[in-house]
Amino acid sequence: MKTPKILKSILLGLAILLALVIYAYGFQVTKVNLEETREPRRQMQLTRILRALVRPDIFTYEKEEFTVSLPIYTPCSAEAEALPEPIADSPYMVMSPTCADPSTEVTVEGFNFEPNTTGPLNFIPPSGVSLQMGTITTDNDGHFVATVKLPKRPDTVAQEIRAITRRNVGGPMFSKNAKDTWEKIIETVFLALLATTFGVAIAIPISFVAARNIMTPITSPFTSIAISILLIPVGIVAGGFVAGKLHTLADLMTGSIWGALAGVIGTPVLMWFIFRWAVPPIEDEPPTRFERIARPIAIFFTSLLGILFLYLVSSLAIQFGKALIVPLGGLGFLGKFIASLGDILMTLIPVVTALAGAGVLGGFAGRVGQWVVEHSSHSANRITNLVLGGLAGAALFAIIGAGINWLYQIDNAWTTFGIPAIVGAIGGVILAGFLSRTATLPIGFFIYSLTRTLLNGMRSIESLVMVIIFAVWVGIGPFAGVLALALHTIASNAKLYSEQVEGIMAGPLEAITATGANRLQTIIYAVIPQIVPPYISYTMYRWDINVRMSTIIGFAGGGGIGFLLQQNINLLNYRAASTQMLAIAIVVASMDYLSSKLREKAI
Amino acid sequence: MLKIQNLTKVYMPANVRALEDVTFDVPKGQFLAVIGLSGSGKSTLLRCINRLVEPTSGKIFLDGQDVTVANAEELRRVRRKIGMVFQHFNLVHRSSVLTNVLAGRLGYTNPAWSLINRFPKADIEKARYQLERVGIGDKTHQRADALSGGQQQRVGIARALMQDPEIILADEPVASLDPVLAHSIMQYLEKINAEDGVTVICSLHFLDLVHRYAHRAIALNAGRVVFDGLPKEIDDERFKEIYGQEAERVG
Repeated sequence: MKTPKILKSILLGLAILLALVIYAYGFQVTKVNLEETREPRRQMQLTRILRALVRPDIFTYEKEEFTVSLPIYTPCSAEAEALPEPIADSPYMVMSPTCADPSTEVTVEGFNFEPNTTGPLNFIPPSGVSLQMGTITTDNDGHFVATVKLPKRPDTVAQEIRAITRRNVGGPMFSKNAKDTWEKIIETVFLALLATTFGVAIAIPISFVAARNIMTPITSPFTSIAISILLIPVGIVAGGFVAGKLHTLADLMTGSIWGALAGVIGTPVLMWFIFRWAVPPIEDEPPTRFERIARPIAIFFTSLLGILFLYLVSSLAIQFGKALIVPLGGLGFLGKFIASLGDILMTLIPVVTALAGAGVLGGFAGRVGQWVVEHSSHSANRITNLVLGGLAGAALFAIIGAGINWLYQIDNAWTTFGIPAIVGAIGGVILAGFLSRTATLPIGFFIYSLTRTLLNGMRSIESLVMVIIFAVWVGIGPFAGVLALALHTIASNAKLYSEQVEGIMAGPLEAITATGANRLQTIIYAVIPQIVPPYISYTMYRWDINVRMSTIIGFAGGGGIGFLLQQNINLLNYRAASTQMLAIAIVVASMDYLSSKLREKAI
Repeated sequence: MLKIQNLTKVYMPANVRALEDVTFDVPKGQFLAVIGLSGSGKSTLLRCINRLVEPTSGKIFLDGQDVTVANAEELRRVRRKIGMVFQHFNLVHRSSVLTNVLAGRLGYTNPAWSLINRFPKADIEKARYQLERVGIGDKTHQRADALSGGQQQRVGIARALMQDPEIILADEPVASLDPVLAHSIMQYLEKINAEDGVTVICSLHFLDLVHRYAHRAIALNAGRVVFDGLPKEIDDERFKEIYGQEAERVG
């Protein structure tokens, strides 16, 4: 059907009208005010700030102060003593008339001053408290004329008019503001560097989980998923428990230096031998039954040794680093750095161990489930599925309930544990009954979607907002900024990276799969070589962005140069603020150039 | 050694019937050509054999073992016995030629060792030998994308040979190469077939290549086997059955 011409015109007219209304409202809410921009007072303020901004406070000079005094009488008095005559060669002032009533205007003239200086012209009553009457500016000959009003301070004795001028001596020096700016801009660059490093280190593994082409092929039968849900929390707890025990053991060993050394040297050697036996480089024959059982046990013990080794290393690093701080003197931060690395490692071990526990038990659950599907009868599998489905559903929802309770502090066992568990159990049973026994669920796609959703949510919160939470946690300062920027880096780079994984050529992936490589090998040999250049490029780009962000993250308590900038703006110290703006501009521009150069190299 | 019974593949959700009840046997050491129009199911057939594509129904037996029901670990052992050569070579461009060839051993290598990118010395020796064998021993340390098309396909063949394959599946291995290179690549496959006794299943577009190299030819049309016999038996009438009434012979 054709719209009649007249109707079209009317619609167009209405659309234009609507647009006008929208913009009119926009003007209203954003308070567009042209009157204000034309007002002389405002224009003067603008001029002042612009003039301050183009004169950044960077250099300063040693100053020499000259004081010239002129005794006067106010009001004039007959019995006044004769005032001393000025010496013609040195600086002197003359007031005309030579005496006057208070609150009258007089002219003060100065001779033989330092040329081209400025300074205050003060009135000093007998009390000694100086009152500023005006400022003076000398010309090329060191001469000035100022018309000032005498203050309302009549007295019978001689009072004093004092001019103070300052002169720069010596060459220019960096001002305190310039030094502060330098210190803070260095802090800013390193803040960005650390945030990028931490963020990227976590974003890379996440990016694989957030890549559709890696995750979608992962499917699993219902039985496997149900057992996994039940076993993964057990794995996390068990992993944490094992880590705790090993930590205690490591502490015992590091009690004596010999125990520590023996541990640090002994565990890797032992690990190497067990590894050589348990993980043969070539898998020619299918493993025997004994090997099938013994090898995983051996690998388990190797992992325990590995965790112990890491604990020993981290604890030694902390001790060693702390011991180094004093003897290293100026380089003491190196010792502190080693200790911090040890601390980071020590913090990460239980997390990694818990995750590993979850991974091991999850993988084991997958195999058990697969075995059940393959080896049990139809009806037996149906019944196990119903039971497992109920249990897994209950467990999953109970965990979610516990999370909600932690956040909202409902503290009612029935609403936060009972009801979710029952709902979950019913849901699980229904799902188990609904699905066919051998059907595989797209668990990979589910994890992919969940990760993507979380990343998108996290990305929508600006780091400037995130820093507020971190500033509460770790205190206002650059570390809060590092954490906030790192979190934002994880969110955005994980997504950018995963898009690169999704964009790789499928051919090599197919070819490597065809050789019999498992998923891990396929990723190492077909995916990683393809994504290295874009990963480097995006990392550089993120560093660039983080430098930019870190210049303002201080506005919200994140340390760096933004903190200084905000302070100076609030103090209306625009010349100092100008220095910081200049520093930001230089750093951002050079970072921009550097990162584009490096990115060119990476590809 | 390879038995394919009633193999059917339906691509969902578009419901495309790529293979329809395909049945044939391949004896050990045969050079089998698979011909047919583009989209007739040649690639799907080859990919079903090593389960890069999951068959919808039917059975595939390799040395008596049913490939279609193999679990992950069994499939790994099946796949490593089946080398594959691709039309677009499918090399990892940024990796060296040597690494690309060594990737052929991944089905034998313990994944834990792959994690640190280690291959046994014997495998590295073997990779050098296979590269010598296909005549590019001097390119070992170059990046794969620095090689010409013909050289890349030879790397592809060396990679397949690293698997000590019983079968090589070649999916239009010469379709992206000029006629001279095509013959050179086909001669390598012929040589491997003759010297190592490796069964070769090769999809081809040009009938002169089929006549020259294949012991036997199978023709697919719309997923069905429409011809199974000696290459020389493909006369004009058969040709039209395979490629349709409008088709004309070239070359």
